[in-house]
Amino acid sequence: MTELHHQTLAELSAGLRARRFSSVELTQHFLSRIERMNPALNAFITVTGEQALAAAAKADQQIAAGKGGALTGLPIVHKDIFCTDGVLTTCGSRMLSNFTAPYDATVVARLSQAGVIMLGKANMDEFAMGSSNETSYYGPVKNPWDLKKVPGGSSGGSAAAVAARLAPAATGTDTGGSIRQPAALTSLTGIKPTYGRVSRYGMIAFASSLDQAGTLTLSAQDAAMMLGVMAGFDERDSTSVDTPVPDYVAALGQPLAGLKIGLLQEFFEKGLDEANGKLVRDALKVYEALGAKLIEVSLPNLPLSVPTYYVVAPAECSSNLSRFDGVRFGYRCENPVDLMDLYKRSRGEGFGAEVKRRIMTGTYVLSAGYYDAYYLRAQKVRRLITDDFARAFNEVDVLIGPTSPTPAFDIGAKTDDPITMYLNDIYTIGANLAGLPAMSIPCGFLGGLPVGLQIIGPHFAEAKLLNVAHAYQCETQWHKQMPAGYE
Amino acid sequence: MSLTRKDVESIAHLARLAITETEMPVYVDSLSKIMSFVEQLGAAEIAAVEPMAHPLKDQVQRMRPDVVVDADRHEKYQRNAARVEAGLYLVPKVIE
Repeated sequence: MTELHHQTLAELSAGLRARRFSSVELTQHFLSRIERMNPALNAFITVTGEQALAAAAKADQQIAAGKGGALTGLPIVHKDIFCTDGVLTTCGSRMLSNFTAPYDATVVARLSQAGVIMLGKANMDEFAMGSSNETSYYGPVKNPWDLKKVPGGSSGGSAAAVAARLAPAATGTDTGGSIRQPAALTSLTGIKPTYGRVSRYGMIAFASSLDQAGTLTLSAQDAAMMLGVMAGFDERDSTSVDTPVPDYVAALGQPLAGLKIGLLQEFFEKGLDEANGKLVRDALKVYEALGAKLIEVSLPNLPLSVPTYYVVAPAECSSNLSRFDGVRFGYRCENPVDLMDLYKRSRGEGFGAEVKRRIMTGTYVLSAGYYDAYYLRAQKVRRLITDDFARAFNEVDVLIGPTSPTPAFDIGAKTDDPITMYLNDIYTIGANLAGLPAMSIPCGFLGGLPVGLQIIGPHFAEAKLLNVAHAYQCETQWHKQMPAGYE
Repeated sequence: MSLTRKDVESIAHLARLAITETEMPVYVDSLSKIMSFVEQLGAAEIAAVEPMAHPLKDQVQRMRPDVVVDADRHEKYQRNAARVEAGLYLVPKVIE
C-alpha cells in the first residue's frame, strides 16, 4: 500500500471507504508525523490529538454503518485564524495567546459536519499580516523544501504542514495572496474563492472587503472536494452571497479545447525573475497542447494594485482591530493606572510590530484631512483595477501568470523593509481588490525550490478554475513532488 | 511624504497604541516610506470614478430582522476576559 501521507484526500477517501485503513489509523499516522517533524518546522501552534482521535473513532463508526460523505474521516489542519469552539485560537498574536474561542467558525462547523477531523491549528503571520510567516508571535515557520527559507504567508503554517505531509490538506485565508503565495512557495495547490463564496463568520477579520477563506491541498481535485463543503450562503455573514454551489468535483475533466487564456502583460514585465517566467511559459505550452488559445491582454491600472491595497487593507484593519481593547477578551497589560493606559499598553504590548504598523497606516489614511487624499482615492483606483479585469474577461476565460515574483527567500531577508515585503504580493493582490477567484498550482522548480502558476477567473468561476488546474495536473507531475526528508 | 515624530505620536494616540522609545524611530521611518509609496495613486485618473466599497457588483449588505437568534452565553464569553465580577467586565476606575 502507498504510504498514507503520500495520498491525496481523494485517494484517502477511497481507502477509508474500502476499509484499507481506519480513520483512527490515518489520524494517528499524521499525529505521529506531527510529533516527529513539527519541532523543526513550527507549522502548528496547537495540536488537538485527543479530540482528533475521538472524532476519528466516530467517523469510523459512521463509515462502518455505510454513512457519511466523501470527506468523512479525513484529517486536516485549520489556520489559527478560524475560531474553534473550546480550542485556543491565537491568530498568531500575543493579543489572543490566551483566547479560547467560544464557538466554531462556519468553515470549521461545515467541515466538521462533513466528518472532517481537525489535527490542530496552524501557525500564521500575526492577524494574517505578512508574506513570510515571520510576524507570528509563535515564531517563524520553516519551509520544508529548505529550512533556511520562508514558507510564504500569511497561511505559512498551513502550507508547511501540508507540504511536509503532516496533514493531507489545510484551510487558509487570503486577503492579498495569503493562500496562493505560500502554496507557490511550497509546491501546493491553493485556491482563494470569489469574495462572498465562503462565509467569513468566525474567521478573525483583517480587511473585511478583501478577506476570503480557501484551501491548501495536494491537488485541484482535493480543493474541489473541500470547497464544495466550505462554500455556500451563511446568514451570519452579511457579505455572504446567496448563489448555489456547483458540484466542483463533477466539473473536473472537461476538455480545454478552445479555452481562451489571457496573458497579463503587466505580470510578465515587472519584477519577474527570468527563470521563474520561463517555467510559467513552459506551463502555458502544456495548455496550448491541450487546445487552449493564448491571448495577450493588458490591465493598465494593475501596477497600482499594491499601493491601493496598502491604503484599503490597513484602513479596514485599523477599524477591525479596534475591538482588541484589553477588556472583553485578549491580552491585558499589568497594573493599568487608568482606562487610557489600559487600552494603550494592552494594545502596544499585545500587538507585534507589523500589526501596529498597519493599524497606524490605516488610522492615518482614515484621519480627518487625509481621508479624501488616500482612502477615497484608493477606493476609486480599486474600481479602475476591477473594471480592467472585467474588460479582460470579456475577451478571455481565465488569466494565467506567475503567483510570486521569486521562489522562497531566506528567513530574515526582507524583514527590515516593509515595502520590499509588500511587493511580494504584486501578482496576487489584484484578485483580492476585484473579489475574483484565483488559484496557484505547482509548475516547476528553480534551484530545488517550488514555483507557482496563478490562474485567475471571473466572479464565481471556481469550477472553471479547478478544471483548468486539474487538466494541467493530469499532464504533469509537479504537484506530486515531495520535499527531501519528508517522503 | 515624510512623517514627523509628532505625527506618529498623534496617530499612535488615535489608534490607542503605546509605542516605546525604541519603536518610535522605526515607525517614523517605515510609515514615511509607506506613505511615499502609496503616493503613486496620485497618478491615476479618477475624476469620474465612483469609489468602490464592495468587490461584487450591485451587492449590498443584507438587513435582517432585529430578533434574538442566539442563546445567552455571556458566562462562556466572559471566560476570556481578564477581570469579571458579577457578570460585569472590570476596568480601572473611570469616574472619581
